[in-house]
Amino acid sequence: MTAPVPTRASTLAEKIIARASGREAVRPGEIVTARVDLAMMHDSGGPRRVAPILEELGARVWDPDRVLVVTDHYVPAVDAESARILDLTRKWVREAGVRRFHDMRGICHVVAQEGGHLRPGMFVVGGDSHSPTGGAVGAFMFGVGATDMAGVLATGETWIRVPGTIRIVWTGALADGVCAKDMMLAACARLGMGGGDYQVVEYAGDTIEALSHPERMTLCNMAAELGAQTGIVAPDATTAAFLRKAGVDDIETAWCVTDPNADLLAEHVFSADDLGPQVAAPHSPANAADVGEYAGEAIDQAYIGACTGAKLEDLHMAARVLKGRQVASGTRLLVAPASTAATATAAADGTLAALTEAGAILMPTGCGACAGYGAGVLAAGETCIASTARNFKGRMGDPASRVFLGSPFTVAASAIEGRIADPRPFLEGASS
Amino acid sequence: MTGSVSGRAWVFGDDIDTDLLAPGLYMKGGLETLAAHCLEAVRPDFAGQVATGDVVVAGRNFGIGSSREQAAQALKHLGCGAVLARSFGGIFYRNALNCGLYCLTLPGDATIFDGDRVTVDPVSGTIRDDTSARTWTTDPLPDHLVAMVEAGGLVPHLKRKLAVKAESASE
Repeated sequence: MTAPVPTRASTLAEKIIARASGREAVRPGEIVTARVDLAMMHDSGGPRRVAPILEELGARVWDPDRVLVVTDHYVPAVDAESARILDLTRKWVREAGVRRFHDMRGICHVVAQEGGHLRPGMFVVGGDSHSPTGGAVGAFMFGVGATDMAGVLATGETWIRVPGTIRIVWTGALADGVCAKDMMLAACARLGMGGGDYQVVEYAGDTIEALSHPERMTLCNMAAELGAQTGIVAPDATTAAFLRKAGVDDIETAWCVTDPNADLLAEHVFSADDLGPQVAAPHSPANAADVGEYAGEAIDQAYIGACTGAKLEDLHMAARVLKGRQVASGTRLLVAPASTAATATAAADGTLAALTEAGAILMPTGCGACAGYGAGVLAAGETCIASTARNFKGRMGDPASRVFLGSPFTVAASAIEGRIADPRPFLEGASS
Repeated sequence: MTGSVSGRAWVFGDDIDTDLLAPGLYMKGGLETLAAHCLEAVRPDFAGQVATGDVVVAGRNFGIGSSREQAAQALKHLGCGAVLARSFGGIFYRNALNCGLYCLTLPGDATIFDGDRVTVDPVSGTIRDDTSARTWTTDPLPDHLVAMVEAGGLVPHLKRKLAVKAESASE
């Protein structure tokens, strides 16, 4: 990425949009047309929805090398219809000449980063609302619907109303057993699901600087739950180390910062020192409160899964709580790792053994039950606590089921107790 | 009036999300099946009774959540002519217009009751409650977006534009 020459103090998001739209600078509210560096799609919103539109328009993919396709929603196929959707996806990828294709290797938001497809400063569209996850590498990545995606595939461009930047600052140190998921639930509780106002949320502060890359992915992922267009973290040495591991080494990040005097829409300051584990009650992530508010609530299912809460680091959190303990009788713990790479590492480092010996049921990698597509959905009257991002009514199964949200630590502790539980007592004396 | 929509008001609260509009359990099937379950978790009679031109009236964050375009297409398929909400989820708003469904912001002082007859003019930004005989004004949609919605959404709009271009090129 070549550095733009800013003619006005700009935020990181504005700099990326300026570069993508071939301008020296952009202002919030302006509508510009931007060149897309990469377009990511999955099996649900991807080929099966965009192919008929492209056909109707008589258009072809503008640049197959800038398209990434991941199967994650209907995997593995459970019936003829899901098998048909996957078959259609594979055939389309072949016919369109798309080489960036990950078939059943994990959830798109995680695979996109593990696979080294994203780098700082890129302007990226994703056919999924959790596309803001890409902000963890310092890319501007946002979710679009199938019609917008078809437009991108046909032209390589899309229009965007330049968003303003809301800065969320975290200061202080997180206690053991408290993580990025708790930070985001606390932010949802304070700012609400409309708090992001379809602007950009940029995370900053010493707490963020100290966070690992996967934890920053969780922050950016849940910018969607704040109603933001996307989330972003300025890339630093942590980002560079992650990217090198993913095979990306020729990165230039010096320009990927928000200028000190850039205009912000708002700044919200949070203290990590005071933060305890958070749990969101049905049916909104904004219904979050300290775990004590809901502790003791009986659960039928505990679910560790999704792009938000089943990365390798999330599995490590759950294993620390579950190691040497047992899931409560009458409660089921389902674990669906977010990628096959995470599964492989977790198998090698003993994490999977800790989970399965505790009674966890290992599920296929994919979006799974999170959005009600895959196995592990709920019956009417059942209650679940999940490490996923959303607990909308009916999302994980019957509309009369209830889903609470918590961190992988909290979900694991709740599985042991059979009730919503504070994970911190389970970590006392345990080494990290 | 170009783009004018008139029908019964169906009133909902805040945070009507995409899982309520297009439940994941039915996403595999076609739009027909999916639309039959639109909003059933909060209003079981909606999909069966909503009529062409009816207007969905809602609170904050309408359409928050997933990028699934079927959330807007289901409403459109059922005949819904417009959504008036205090605020919208950003992806839904863009999807709705792309699919040919009007979305307008409901002004803070507007009070519309379920079952009222409502007339919406997206060009002037006029919202009229014919039952209470009250009128409010909101930000109108720009002409090019009205033209796109009137064409049935982005795809038919683009096809029409491409056809015009081809015609003028051949002249």
